[in-house]
Amino acid sequence: MIYLAGVERIFQVGDEAVNALSNVNLTVDAGEYIAIMGPSGSGKSTLLNIIGLLDRPDRGVYRLEDVDTTDLTDDQQASVRRHKIGFVFQFFHLVPRLTAAENVELPLILAGVDPAERKSRVQAALSALGLSYRARHRPDQLSGGQRQRVAIARATIMQPNVILADEPTGNMDRNSGKDVIQSLEDLNEKGMALILVTHDPDLGSRAPRKIQMVDGKILEDTGVL
Amino acid sequence: MLLNDTIKLALSSLSSRRIRSFLTALGIAVGIASVVLLTSIGEGVHKFVLSEFTQFGTNLIAVAPGRATTTGISGAIISNVRPLSMDDALALERIPRVVAVAPFVQGNAPVEFGKRSRRSYIFGVGPEVPTVWQIKVAMGRFLPYDDPRAARAFAVLGSKLRDELLGSENPLGRRIRIGGERYRVIGVMESKGQMLGFDLDDAVYIPAARALAMFDRESLMEIDLLYAAGSSADKIAKKIKGLLIARHGAEDFTITTQEQMLDVLGSVLNILTLAVGALGGISLLVGGVGILTIMTIAVNERTAEIGLLRAIGARRRQILVLFLGEAVVLASMGGLAGLVIGAGGAWLVGVAVPALPTHTPWSYVLLAEILAAFIGLLAGVLPACHAANLDPIKALRAE
Repeated sequence: MIYLAGVERIFQVGDEAVNALSNVNLTVDAGEYIAIMGPSGSGKSTLLNIIGLLDRPDRGVYRLEDVDTTDLTDDQQASVRRHKIGFVFQFFHLVPRLTAAENVELPLILAGVDPAERKSRVQAALSALGLSYRARHRPDQLSGGQRQRVAIARATIMQPNVILADEPTGNMDRNSGKDVIQSLEDLNEKGMALILVTHDPDLGSRAPRKIQMVDGKILEDTGVL
Repeated sequence: MLLNDTIKLALSSLSSRRIRSFLTALGIAVGIASVVLLTSIGEGVHKFVLSEFTQFGTNLIAVAPGRATTTGISGAIISNVRPLSMDDALALERIPRVVAVAPFVQGNAPVEFGKRSRRSYIFGVGPEVPTVWQIKVAMGRFLPYDDPRAARAFAVLGSKLRDELLGSENPLGRRIRIGGERYRVIGVMESKGQMLGFDLDDAVYIPAARALAMFDRESLMEIDLLYAAGSSADKIAKKIKGLLIARHGAEDFTITTQEQMLDVLGSVLNILTLAVGALGGISLLVGGVGILTIMTIAVNERTAEIGLLRAIGARRRQILVLFLGEAVVLASMGGLAGLVIGAGGAWLVGVAVPALPTHTPWSYVLLAEILAAFIGLLAGVLPACHAANLDPIKALRAE
């Protein structure tokens, strides 16, 4: 489903060119569960951003479902993000003035889905994550774990093929973190691919396939046979 | 994205910052209110002035001596080459469809009755003046149809002059002195009030030929003609021109139809309204700058939110529309409030100061509201473009 070959990403920092990613090759099949680990600055987040079409590689090929993404226009990339990719961030990124339900509804609004259909889909997504009773609460009235589960509901409301989670438990206590990971793994079991970026070796060890990154290169990939 | 959702999202973000939104909208409200109020006053003055001028009727043509290419007072009042004589006035009467002709000469002289004396306007006129100027005689009668070249010394008083000079005495048949000459009062005019500061009631009407002699003038100042309703002013003006050129040998006079005068007056007053409207527009501009400022701040504050929207699949255009929508909604709400304040203020002014007439045309109201929305759009473009062009990764990191 995801195919990266010889991907490079170079950032210009002052006069110096820094290789955030160099010669990254990666293939991900539908429904896989991968943990990407490595120290800060190893290029994990850059890799995730490129997979999520927020960033473009400077060199190399990235094919998503056999479509070469480097040729896509800005609008086409936005449309791919909307329909095929779900993002979960460390800092939740919920819109503070909107309720939980309204936050979950946002991708449907952007896609122009009919309001009547939106309502039932939002309700279903919230109840699947055990948040129905919090639908009318604003983010500042929710706990960290609850906020992240609202964010997960938002990421999955469009039924994407892959969820990209960047340190999803980095900002909460262990118990809430467990709930959040459980929610993500449940979704993975239903067939969505899950790519998890994390510092935490305990979290990383739960994934069947682990990727170690250092200095913009893949050091170890347990999935490559 | 549906229009309905765009407006809802705009409203939700505006209402989450109530005080700020209120103050920004207030800027536009003040601008729109001043535009509406000022143009209302301008339009009111427009109507008022036009009605002042049409109180003498609309089927009027004035002939003045001297040639002026522009309408208005000709320089010939001071010195003119060829006088406009009483004979000219008599000749004009014979033009078909001309109902009445009023020769006119004006001056200033002391009017005395007994021991009292008062300087007043002296109007040297013909007997047709009540018809031409649409003034009524309140008491007695107007100047009789004497031989225009040797009219008898009769005078008709304006209502104010009568009050000042004769008080409650019966004025009819009294002898007064005007500029040292003896006159007999045969009538009193109805009060006509002031016209643009010209007190028509503080005046005395005497035969034109006598006024010419009194002021030692050769020429009339003006001949006013009343033509039958339904006739073309231009056609009659043409006939007057032909006749006078035949008599004078050259075009040394100026013909002004009331239509022309009202046109000129109307366009002058329109510019006046426009000018006061533009003054109000300055405050509207300031309101627009307020929206620009607040939207720039909003984009900066919500950078992370913009990054998120881009990550969940918003196109650049959608971000643009969201922020533009916010600016337009803000400006329109301010505009609406401004309309209410402005129209209400105009109404209040009309009630409280009846001398200052106001009139709020609905087309202006609609135009002002569209203008407000347009200003919002204009003020929103820059910040919204900035928001749409943010790099999503950097934007996401902004928190």
